Order: sequence, then structure tokens, then C-alpha cells
Amino acid sequence: MSEPYDLAIVGAGPAGMAAATTAAELGLRTVVLDEQEAPGGQIYRSIERVARDHPQRLAMLGEDYAAGLALVRAFRACSVDYRPGSTVWQVEQPLGILYSAHGESHRLRARRILIATGAMERPMPLAGWTLPGVMTAGAAQILLKTVGAVPQGRVVLVGCGPLLLLFAWQLLQANVRVSALVDTSTPGARRRAARHLPTALMAPGYVGKGLRYIRVLREAGIAMLDNFEHVQLNGSERVEEVVVKRSGATERLAADVVLLHQGLVPNANLGWALRCEHEWNESQRCFIPRVDSWGLASQAEIQFAGDCAGIVGARSAEHAGRLAALESAYRLERIDATARDAKARAPIAELRRHRRIRPLLEALYRPGDRYVAPEQDDVIVCRCEEANAGDIRRAVAHGCPGPNQMKAFIRCGMGPCQGRMCGLTVTELMAAARNVSPNEIGYYRIRPPIKPLALGELAALQLE
Amino acid sequence: MYASLPDAAGPQVSVIVDGKPVAVPAGASVAAALLLAGAVPSRANPVTHAPRAPYCMMGVCFECLVEIDGIPERQACMIAAAEGMRVRCAPRSSPPERS
Repeated sequence: MSEPYDLAIVGAGPAGMAAATTAAELGLRTVVLDEQEAPGGQIYRSIERVARDHPQRLAMLGEDYAAGLALVRAFRACSVDYRPGSTVWQVEQPLGILYSAHGESHRLRARRILIATGAMERPMPLAGWTLPGVMTAGAAQILLKTVGAVPQGRVVLVGCGPLLLLFAWQLLQANVRVSALVDTSTPGARRRAARHLPTALMAPGYVGKGLRYIRVLREAGIAMLDNFEHVQLNGSERVEEVVVKRSGATERLAADVVLLHQGLVPNANLGWALRCEHEWNESQRCFIPRVDSWGLASQAEIQFAGDCAGIVGARSAEHAGRLAALESAYRLERIDATARDAKARAPIAELRRHRRIRPLLEALYRPGDRYVAPEQDDVIVCRCEEANAGDIRRAVAHGCPGPNQMKAFIRCGMGPCQGRMCGLTVTELMAAARNVSPNEIGYYRIRPPIKPLALGELAALQLE
Repeated sequence: MYASLPDAAGPQVSVIVDGKPVAVPAGASVAAALLLAGAVPSRANPVTHAPRAPYCMMGVCFECLVEIDGIPERQACMIAAAEGMRVRCAPRSSPPERS
């Protein structure tokens, strides 16, 4: 058995990279495990390759993407054990981390673990959302970043949130004009969000950027539909149209590609599997792990940083990563509290600045009730097992007490995605049906392995 | 459904999708190759046999499962396309009888 690492970081997005760089500076023996083949996370995905092979695309993707280069370069230059292509599928107590890399399973030991697994897009269960040709906006953005692929034909965006606007703008830079943006944000949200504007204006650059994207999209003449009662996607083998109904009138928008987005939620399965305490955050409309300002979880050797600890955005994530690394060094007795606090001053100040945008964004783009808990019975909720909203409501009426029992009642959440695509929807539907808070309903119990694993791989486990 | 930008000159790899060679930029995932090749639907939902295709492109939704080099149920969005790789999309058939 080799000596355990001081710190194991899961994820090489902004939080993981910044944490690794700081941990290395403080002399911690650090390992970084990341699913992708190159650092950057989803936000800065493929940044090195784009900068090297397609520098003209940096302008197309925007300054916020290009900002990731500095982080990636610092990460590449620091002395950590970086293991790309590594999918963590279980963490044991005391800390043993089991992961798959290129068809083999490995186990390594660490004194502390930092979970920096980022965000995923909030599921958006609409009628027809399982049809081929329907993807998330983030998925199409990944195609643009990784291979310079853009959607063809009639492209319709449905949803709301900063990423949707940014991506519509990026597509315009790539000479792709979407045919419509179907805005699902709640009527009255602008009025409710207005009181957060003074604070938001003190966050560096965000409001100006958002307004610029909206202006550019309007000037391009992109149709924006809002204030409707119902939206659904129709097609047989592929999506063919987006149907929007408002005040008795029905609009049919022909579509070859439909991209959905209604904000981000923590990519949370590892924290759930570790039994970290989570609580429902009403403003973000999702569960977030219970952490202190250093990212410490309910178990003292586990920390969270970045979007997986509650959505904060990429710039905040990097500072949260630095703070988490400082706290790790303090807990491992490499620096004392005075040194930790002195080094933490700058990241804390930066975090405070960047966080000022959050109340505005959370009020403006809060997903509407009907998009997180579909009213129509036939809308599929669990894409793997094809359980629909009606199945879930009937199970509740029959006395199903919680999401975990829902698995036994209707197999919902039992598919290969392990509840990632339906978990929050099931919680929301059950909370609405029983008229209690999502906290009272809770979430699926997530069990290892948190990613499917071939038995052969398990049998060939390499111990370090 | 998807096409490469005109500036996309660069090294390519060729994968075989359902017997047909498809050239994609080096570094593309198998799921990106499926979308660029228009191999959609790429899968049938195992419960209802409804048509499905890649959805999230980041390893969370498991809608892009295909057979790669003889191994079924691989996550196409998490695997890089490699020269000569053989990809098979699931054939569609009628839905099973629901008991």
C-alpha cells in the first residue's frame, strides 16, 4: 500500500483546477480525477484544443470562455497527479476512492476529498422531450466547443436562463440564426427580480453582458415568444415541431433541432452516495449539500467547491476552489489559521463580488412550477424507465411515501442514469401532490457504483 | 441535424457507424460522430422501444448508449471516436407486450 494522498479532487473544472493549483502551492500531495481527457470542466471544455487549433473560435465563444485559459495553464504547470479519463464510481470510508480509467478500475487512498463535480442542466420534462433532435442547450454548446459542430435547419430554443441567452448569442457568432426562442420564464419574474438589480450591478460585468446578448438577439430579429399557457414538442421518429398555445391560439413552429434549458443544478450524485447532508434551497429550486464557507460538508474530511455546492457560476467556482484548498491545508496542519485567513482574504472578496449577481439571476430565471412538475399526466419524467407524471401522482395517491419507494412502485429512477434525469422532478411532483416542502420529501437514495461498471473491470481492481 | 463549421479544417478520424464510414474531427466523442453522421435515432428505449438519441453530451443522461467495438451499452458521449472504431446503433423494433 502506498502512502495516501493528502487531497483527492474529483473534477477538473474551475473549482477543481483552482483548488489543485492552490493545494500544490501549499505542498499538499494532490491527485485530481476527471472524467474528461483534458482539463476545463464543462464550462472551459476543450479550451486548450480550441486555443491551439481554432483560435478564431475564441471570439465566437466569448471572453468568458477564453478566461479559462489562464486557469488551465496554471493547473497544467502545478505539481499534482492529474488523472484524466477517470470516472469515480465509489468513495469508501475511511477515504478510499474507486475509479475507472480506460477500461480498468483502480483504488487510491486520500486523507481528504474535495468534490468539484460541477453542475448539470436542470431536467426539463415537457411533452415530447425524449424525441431525437431534442437536446439540452448545454449539449449543443459542448458540440460547438469540442468539435465546432452547430445545429442545422430550424433550431428552436425553449426555456430560460443565462446559458440559453449566451448560447443563442454564440450561435449567432457562428452564423447560425435560431428560428425562435420560446421563453418559459415566469410572467412577473422581471418585476420580482427588479429589487435585486442594484446589488447585481455591483457584480463585475454580468448585467451589461446579459443586456448585450439580449440586444444582439433582438437586433438579429430572432422571434421571442413568451407569456403562453402551454408548450409541447411533437414528432414521430424525430422532433418535427414546437407547439405553443396562448389565449386560445395555437402556434406551430417547425423544428429540426430543439434545445432545452432551464438553469443548472448541482451534479450531486457523489455527495448523495456519501450520505452528506443536503437541504432544499428554495431560491435555486434544488437540493444543495450543507456546507460552511470553506466548503466543509457534514463529514469533516469531505469538502465541496463550485457549482456542486450550489450554483454560483464559473468565476465564483474558482475562488471557492481556492478557499477549499486553504481549508484542506489547515485541516492537515500544513498552515495555521492565521496563514489560512490571510491567504483567504482575496478569494473571499472576489467571491463576494461575483455572488452579487445571484439573487437577480435566481429571481429572474426561477423555473416555473409547470416546467419542474408537469401538469399533464402523459409527460415522461423518468426517461430510462418511461414513468410519467401521472404514474407518479397515482403512486402518491396509493400511499407511496417517498422517492425511494417510488422505485419499487413504478421503477422510476431505476434506469442507467441513476435518477439524474428524474430525481428533482420526482421530488417536486411528490411535494406538490402532498402539499409539503421538498425537504420533507427528500431525494433518491443514491448507491454506489455511481456510474455503471463492467463486472470485468470490478474484478480487475488495481489497489494502490 | 448538426454540421461542422466551415473553419473546421484539421485532423480527422474515420469511424464505422452501422457499416458506413464517417469522418469526424479528431477529439470528437462517438456521440458527436453519431450526430454529425445523422445516425439518429441511435437507440430504442428498452421499455417501450421509443426512438432516442444523445441528449446531454456530458455523461449524465445515458441516452447515447450504443454498441462500440462489440461491447453493448457504451456511453457514446464519454468515449472518443478512434480510427476504425465500429459503432452499432440499436435496431428499432415494435414495443414489447406490456404485462
